[in-house]
This record gives sequence, structure tokens and C-alpha cells, in this order.
Amino acid sequence: MNRTLDMVDLTVNGQKVKLPADPARRLSEVLREGLGLRGTKVGCDAGDCGACTVLLDGAPVCACLTPLAQAVGREVATVEGLEVDRLQQAFLRHGAAQCGICTPGMLMAGTAFLRDNPAPSRAEVEEALGGVLCRCTGYAKIIDAMLDAAPDGPAPLPEAGHAVGARVERLDGSLKVRGTEIYGADACPEGALLVRAVRAPYAPALFEFGDLEAWAARHGVQVFTAADIPGANVFGTIPPFADQPALAETRARLRGEAVALVAGEAGTVEGLDLACFPVTWAKADPSAPVHETRPDNLLVAGIVRRGDAEAAIAAAAHVAEARIETPYIEHAYIEPEAGLAWMEGDTLVIQACTQAPVMDRDDTARILGLEPGKVRIVPSAAGGGFGSKLDLSLQPFIGLVALKTRRPARMIYSRGESMSSTTKRHPAKMTGRAGVDSEGRLTGFIFDGDFNTGAYASWGPTVAGRVPVHASGPYYTPAYAAEARAIHSYQPISGAFRGFGVPQAAILQEALFDDLAEKAGLDRLAFRRLNALQDGQPTVCGQVLQGVGITACLDALKEPWTAALDRAEKANAKGGALRHGVGIASCWYGCGNTGLPNPSTIRVGITADGRLCLHQGATDIGQGANTVITQICADALGLAVGQFHLIGPDTGVTPDCGKTSASRQTYVTGKAALLAGRALRARILGLGNMGEDARISLSEKTLTLTDGHGERRIALADLAPDENGYVLAAEETYDPPTVPLDENGQGSPYAVYGFGAQIAEVAVDLRLGTVKVTRITAAHDLGRVINPLLAEGQVEGGIAQGLGMALMEEYIPGRTENLHDYLIPTTGDMPKIETIFVEMPDPEGPLGAKGLGEHVLIPTAPAILNAIRHATGAKITKLPALPHRVLAAIREADT
Amino acid sequence: MAAYSRPDTLQAALDVLAEAPVTVAAGCTDLFPATQARALTGPVLDITGIDELRGIVREENGFRIGATTSWSDVIRADLPPAFDMLKEAAREVGSIQIQNAGTVAGNICNASPAADGVPCLLALGAEVELASVRGRRRMALGEFITGPRRTALEKGEMVAALHVPEGAAAGRSRFLKLGARRHLVISIAMVAVRLVVERGRVQQAVLAVGACSGVATRLPDLEAALVGRRASGLSIQAADAMVAAALSPIDDIRADAAYRVQAATELLRRAMNDLTAPSETAA
Repeated sequence: MNRTLDMVDLTVNGQKVKLPADPARRLSEVLREGLGLRGTKVGCDAGDCGACTVLLDGAPVCACLTPLAQAVGREVATVEGLEVDRLQQAFLRHGAAQCGICTPGMLMAGTAFLRDNPAPSRAEVEEALGGVLCRCTGYAKIIDAMLDAAPDGPAPLPEAGHAVGARVERLDGSLKVRGTEIYGADACPEGALLVRAVRAPYAPALFEFGDLEAWAARHGVQVFTAADIPGANVFGTIPPFADQPALAETRARLRGEAVALVAGEAGTVEGLDLACFPVTWAKADPSAPVHETRPDNLLVAGIVRRGDAEAAIAAAAHVAEARIETPYIEHAYIEPEAGLAWMEGDTLVIQACTQAPVMDRDDTARILGLEPGKVRIVPSAAGGGFGSKLDLSLQPFIGLVALKTRRPARMIYSRGESMSSTTKRHPAKMTGRAGVDSEGRLTGFIFDGDFNTGAYASWGPTVAGRVPVHASGPYYTPAYAAEARAIHSYQPISGAFRGFGVPQAAILQEALFDDLAEKAGLDRLAFRRLNALQDGQPTVCGQVLQGVGITACLDALKEPWTAALDRAEKANAKGGALRHGVGIASCWYGCGNTGLPNPSTIRVGITADGRLCLHQGATDIGQGANTVITQICADALGLAVGQFHLIGPDTGVTPDCGKTSASRQTYVTGKAALLAGRALRARILGLGNMGEDARISLSEKTLTLTDGHGERRIALADLAPDENGYVLAAEETYDPPTVPLDENGQGSPYAVYGFGAQIAEVAVDLRLGTVKVTRITAAHDLGRVINPLLAEGQVEGGIAQGLGMALMEEYIPGRTENLHDYLIPTTGDMPKIETIFVEMPDPEGPLGAKGLGEHVLIPTAPAILNAIRHATGAKITKLPALPHRVLAAIREADT
Repeated sequence: MAAYSRPDTLQAALDVLAEAPVTVAAGCTDLFPATQARALTGPVLDITGIDELRGIVREENGFRIGATTSWSDVIRADLPPAFDMLKEAAREVGSIQIQNAGTVAGNICNASPAADGVPCLLALGAEVELASVRGRRRMALGEFITGPRRTALEKGEMVAALHVPEGAAAGRSRFLKLGARRHLVISIAMVAVRLVVERGRVQQAVLAVGACSGVATRLPDLEAALVGRRASGLSIQAADAMVAAALSPIDDIRADAAYRVQAATELLRRAMNDLTAPSETAA
């Protein structure tokens, strides 16, 4: 279908351009695909996320909602047209870009606003940026940057030996603020085929194809189905449970499951109405088991038992009981899945957004019948992940098309496709009972939970395993019985989402603790402090920990707690419709795989011409691994961060650093980086015959070693390069020492844990049931803070997701597959956040460091819910705490 | 590729409309979200090139809001206090990006039960001016929106403008919207209230509620009950039963029906309070 398009004159970033284009086409498409200006991002195609914000005659609009015709004759400004200016530098200085996918939209909206309001208030900035969603940052640092767009240059990078602990700006930040970062949808060579998927309209469903060949011929496209898959049509993140077909064969187990692929010229494929695809659907029996091999739809149950919990509760002075239900929660990263695949000789190369390149490689190879070495994953930047991009999505699809056609194949999920077909947070139905003695010391705790794991296993076993280990919270619990079951349904696949089920369990546990504190007549913080796990005490798994930071976190919150209670009391004394309340909750979280191997390998080397290369295999999905791992390696080696050249997690050139999940990268990959940095340093010092205290410097092609006695020079060109091209190199692997859990869940599942506690302050409208979180004070024990700037960003972003979980997020299949029915917090929903970092070094972590990424989300929702209860007496038993549920709970509490 | 017309006169637009069915496009903030396609599908009549349709002008008998007047235009317009609620609603429509593109007329043509502009326009007694090659006609907004996502637009016809009659541009007004988050949110309930108070007594009271029935609705019984009453303490007149009788809310993902009635009643009380005792602000 070659159509003749009229030539259109446009002015973009001051340049006049002429191109053939459809006047009805979305301006976002014309900019990205017609002009190659891919700094403008597309997150939803519906005006819900603002990522595509551009300026039309200076006014911000969503390019996805603007027909090209309306841009003709007007000035279009995109992120590419921003000179690297004060606002962009402020974004870097404040850590305002994490994954960076919303950054161009934020910058454009911000630029328009600051032009008219050079000295705005915080509230005005919140209003101005209300139309751009960010899922990473919690907005605080973006707003800080807007309020501090002063003409400072970039901050200098720390000198050698001073990287760890410094507020180093993200090393990959400038790409993000210039809009030049390549995300999944941003690579598109000439001649790439466009791939789209045909998906199940409902589930469970049986399907049959019609005449695919005729349909394909009629439309000038190619069609691929399960029958075309050369390898094993099954994958899964945990091999023993692998159960998911890349393309369903006869039966769809979830709405949105892919059953066929259509590939062809972009102009042809994008216009196809896939509702006309020759497939007939029939409803299947919803009472039939989701997988025949799993009776009662039970995927797996996780159990931890210690002591006689029933007896302990029976003998307790006070007992509390609770039942709480949580919904599906969508990751809602602003970048829908996207990527490109092509053949290089007989190697299939896939450049897509991911959190787990080596897992992608191995599973894709298996599906496509290739040796793992014949698949190379070159991760694009990920526009947010939060767990969902650990699983395969489009990798086998574009891989199959590229393999079969020998042409580059490109696929970009629509927002609806992303939401319906990829993983979610497990919905949970949980009950719990706990008892304390007359002094308020915990004696026993019983937890039981059904976790809806959806159609396929994904990370369901991990959730079932992690929940019972963590459901006690970071408290000494002498008698304990916890079971979590992952139960299949014909619904979205529940997988990994920041916390792997622990955030749900914490809501129940922390609600019980408020009851127990009340019954025991103790202040809620004092109750938690009394029961906090101490160094040398066994966890519920019988593991004895050192460097336990929960007491220090709770102590750090003592003054903020008193102040918050005081604020609430004063505010409530005024009367009116608003009731103020304060809540507190804690977290702990084991970093890395649960009792399973989990290694990372770091290679660092210097080339003959003096290039210092760090193979940084920890996929940076916005959390900052590129920066943090480099900081650790830099100080271990004794060279400056600014001298490092980063080589990313390309499976063709970089050793495996595992997946970005389970808050493991700073700890596990960080430790490997520490070891590799030290090893390289030792080699260099050895070459120069110098002692440990010598200073190393690298300039041009020479290493210079100095100590109190003199100086040695090593000419790099004199050394022979190794197989990787390095004249000096080190490669070190670190695998956390763990002990698998026995049948009672006893063992040492993690080598390192992180701890934290948060205070939430809320104002609840007694007559509308609306909740405004006014302030959150977060104390987190990081063991050693490698980069405070980025760590604060993790805390603020985790709190935003926790707030969304508490108050507004509920994914309903078929109903909320967009970002206007599925709500995530906007600028105006975020509280003031105060972060307190505690450093209780872990003996195992690199320089004492512990993980942080997931910990930060866990206490937020329970603290908010406990604050609502403190304000009004309302106990929320079904999340999210939407206004009608809060109002109903307030009325129930009053009766 | 389907035809895309972007004429610069209303007459030319009406000629296009008369020829064949065509999608009338202005801000496109509802049209694009309704499709996954890369371009608007089907023949399109883009009316944003027609200068005479844009902006708010004072006329002899009231105010004319041209069909392509954006929400940002409303915010910037110099209008009497009776329009404050419309400006407040304009600031709540989606985001600034949406307000810069989306139009008042598009909001009524889309006829969503949760259209932010409709309660205010009802409370301003707005009339809709429809144009076609056959001529022009006017009807009350309440008649124009015939149901959820349904309007009285006939074949070949488009909205040319909204009119607010002089008599309805009196008094002061307030719009309150309730959603589960601050920005970019679809209303659970919203109210628009306009009061004309003279010598401490209500001369005219106009109340409308949105997102609590298939179409935003006025509350004639409650309005009648308010006229003649003292402005101070007026809000207690907004009784649940009277509000409930005028609404037909549904249970949906955002709230249940019973809550919507309670919330609408409370919002009405707050809006009235704001207008009669301006120092008390609503949450």
C-alpha cells in the first residue's frame, strides 16, 4: 500500500523541514519516525502520561494528541532543541532523571513554565508538571531541580579515592536530559520490519486459525504462529516451573496472551485492523485447572515455621487478628516494552528494554532453537522496570521474525498491550494472628496468604518463598508459622514487582502491630522498638544476623515521631472536616536470590592506549547501577570515577552480573566491583613493586605509581594485551553465601538484609473519605551509603509507589488497561519527604553496603494505612484506600 | 489515507460536512485516545483553522464561546465571577497539555458523564449553537446531551458555539471536583454552583452535579428550595435525600453509587459555603 503523501512544511526547533506525511498523523509519530527526533517519548498515546510533551508556539501539548496538520505553520520545540541549559544541568545536579523516559516531557513542560515564571513556588511547579507522570522519582528531585535552575555548571566529579559516599551525578545522566538515550523504541534501522501481536480478547479461550496464508498474502505481510517456533515453545524465569509459551498454541490462559505475530513493512502493518485476523475464539471452561499438572491451581506454597505459634498465641496476654486484601498492581513504567532484533551473521542480536539480559538470552535461545552463544542481548536503556522487565516479553517475537526473515524486526507495545500482557504485583488475600506477653513482647505470629499468581508461573514461586521469610517484619518473633500459596487463575501473570509480595505482607503485619500496641498500652513506635530484631537474635528462619539496623532506624525516627504526633494533635484541635493522623511501619528485606546461587562478575581493564574500561553488567533501569558500581570500583582501584569508560550489560562483551532485582546490584555486583577494583590495583602495584599505600594515576598511555619514596611509571604500550584487548585487567566474581531453606523454612536465605522504617502523616477528610499524605519521614539503614543523591531518589520513588499502592492503584483486567483508569501518583499527590540514612555496616556487603531499592517501598503503604486509622479509627481491609472505602470504614468505626 | 480537511471558514467547513460523514476534530484530546492508530482514521474535518470559531466574546445578550475555544483560552479570558466555576473546571481538565488543546465544545460533544465542563455550563444556562448548510439552530445544553456519549447533533451538523445568556452570567460561582488523585484524573463526583445573593438572601441558585448520572444534571428541586433563603448557613439545605433524588449514580471502579450521592451532597455544601462564607475553603 504505497500512498502518495502530500509534502508538509514544518518548523521544528527553529529549522524548516519538509517531509511527506499524513496530516492526520500524530505529531509524536512524525517527529519520531518521520524526522528521527526520538527524544520525544511515547508512553500512552492518550494524553495520560505527558512523556511526549512538546511545545507548540511555546505552549506545552501532548504530541501524541496533536494531528500533524495542527502543527503546520507553528513553531514546534522538542527536547533536541534545548541547548544544554540551566534546567538540564539542574536535573543532573538534583538527580531528577532516573530511568529518564519522562525527562524530555518534564523538561519541555518545565521550560515553558519557567519562561513565564522564573521564580516559582513549589506548589506552582507541582501544578505546572502535573501533566507528566514519572514512576521512578516520586517527583521531589524534579521539583527541586525546577526550583534551582540556577546557572551553575556541572558539579565536578570526585577525585580518586573519594567516590564512595559522594553525591555523584548519574554518569549516564547527560544522555537522558538531552533526549539522546536509546530506549527500546528508539532504534530503527532502514528497512526494519514492524511486528505486531494478535492477542486473546478474553480467557480462558480456545482458538483456531483460519486461512493464515491467504490473509497474509492479501495484506502483504507475514504471519508467524507457535507452529513456526523452531525450539521449545516454553519459557519461565525459574526453570523448574517454566510453563509459558511464547505464542499460545490452542488455548489462551490470559486476556492479552499473544497467539500470532504479523510482520511486514511498517506502513502496512501499523494500519492493519487485527480484529480481522483469521482466528476464531471460543470460551473455554473457567473451572478447568489452569495447568493440568497443578491440581487445585496451586503453583507452590512457601512455608516458614519456628516454635509452636498456636501455643504461643493461646498463651499470649493480648492477641490481634486481621484480614486484608490487596489488588493487582501494575508496574506502570512510562516506557511500554519495545525493541529491535537483527541478524549479525548467524548470531541473533536483540536490543530491547530489560532487567535481565542473560536470562533473556538463554530463554530466547531455547525458544528459537539456538545455542545461547548465538543470541546476543544488547540491552537498550530501560524506561523503568520495577520487576516486570525481568520476564521475557517481545524478545522471542522479534527474535523469531528476524531469524526467519533475516531482516531487522522491530516491535513497540501499545500501552494497553503492555498492561494486559505483562506481569503484575500479586493480588493477596491474607490473614494473620499475633500475640504479645503482658509487657508487649511478641510471642507468636501466624500468617496465611493466597497470592493470585495468574496464568503462568513467572516469579510466583519467589513470591511464595519470600513472603513467609519476611512476613514477620524485622522483629524478633520466637514462635512463627507462615504460609504463602501462589495460586493460578486465568488472569494476568503475577510476577516480580518491587518487593516480591513482601509489601503486601507488611500491610497485614503492621496493621496487627498497631492493634497489639494498643492492647498492650504501648506507644506504637515504642512497641516496634521493643520488638525490633537485635544483632545475634535468630530470624524466623533461624538465621542469626549481624549489622541489624532496625533499632537504629526506629531510634532515628523518635524525634520526628513525637513532632508528627504533636502536629496532628494541634491540627485536630482546630476541628473541621479534616482529621490528622500519624502512622509508622518498618521493613526488612533480604538482598538477592532466596537461598540460591546469585553471582555477579565484574571485569575492569586498561587498554594499551590508556582507556580504563568497566564492564558494568548490572542493568541500570534508572536506579543508578552505572554510577554506584563505578564509584565502588573507582575507590577500590584508586582512580577517579571520571576516568572510567563504561561498557554496558551486552551479553556479547560483558560478563554476567545477574538480573536487576531483589535489591541485589549494589550489594552483589558492588562486591564484585570492589573485588575486581582491588585485584586490578594489586596487579598494578605488583607491576610497579609498590606497597598498598601507593597512589595510582593514569594519564595518556602511562600509569604512574607514587608513594613516599618515589615514583614508578608503567608504559601501557609495553604490555601485551589479553584476549579482551586489555593490557591490565581483573575479573572477579562474587556469590552471596546463603544456605537453602529446609522443609520448615529454616536456613540462611540471604547473606545481607537491609532495614528501614517510615512515618506517614495524613489528613483524612471525614466527610469525603479523601486522604492527603502530608509528610513521610523515612529512615533507612543502607550499611554504607555509596551515593546519597541516588539513594534519596530511590527512597522518594519507592514512597511514591507505596503511596499509590495504599491510596489509588488497582489493576482490573480489561478495565484499567490505560493510564487514566489505572492511577499512579502525580506531582500533586506526593508528600514532603524527609530521608534519614542510617549506616550499620553489614559484614558481608561491599564497604558495609546493603540493598535499598525494594526496602523503600515496603513501609510506605502500611504507614499510611496506620495513619488513616490513627486519624479516624478506620481500618482499611481492602486496598486501595479509595475515598468510598475510607468513608465506609470511617462510618463503620464510628458505629 | 482518508481525506483531511482543514478549512479556514465556517462556511467551507459546513460544505465539507454536508458532503459525507466526517469526524469533526478540534483539540483531538478525546479522538486520539479512542484509537490505537498512528493517525486519526476516516475522513476528518479539522475546524481549528477557522479563526471565527475561537475565543469568547461578549455579545448583546450574553457571552459566546466559540467552538474551538480551548480550556486555556477560558482560563485567560476576562469574564465575570459567574464564570469562575468554568475557569476552575478548566484548570481541572486533564493537564495543562490537555487544556492547551482540548476545547469546551469538544467536551460537550464527547458527552462523557464525567465531562468537567458540563456541570458548569449547565449552571450557566448554556445554549448550544448548531450549524449546518441548512442553517443554524440553538438548544439548551441539557437537551443537546441526550445521554452518555450521545448528543442531538444531526447529520451534517456541528457545534459552532456555546452561548451563555446575560441573565445567567450573574452572581458568583464555584466548581469542585473529587477524584482519587490530584492531576489527570477522571471525576468521581463534581459540582458546579452559582448563587445570586442580594441583601443576604438568595435570589437565584443554580446547582449541577456531574459524574453521578448518565449525564450531568441540574438539581431543580433543591435550587427552588434555596431561593429566598438567607445566604448564611445555606448549605444545610443540601439534604442527602433531595440530592439523591436528582441523581442516578452507578457503581464503578472509582466509587460506589451510595458514595457518589454522599460526596455530591458534601461537595454542594462546600461549594455553597465557599460562596456564602468565602473565608472557609474546602478541602
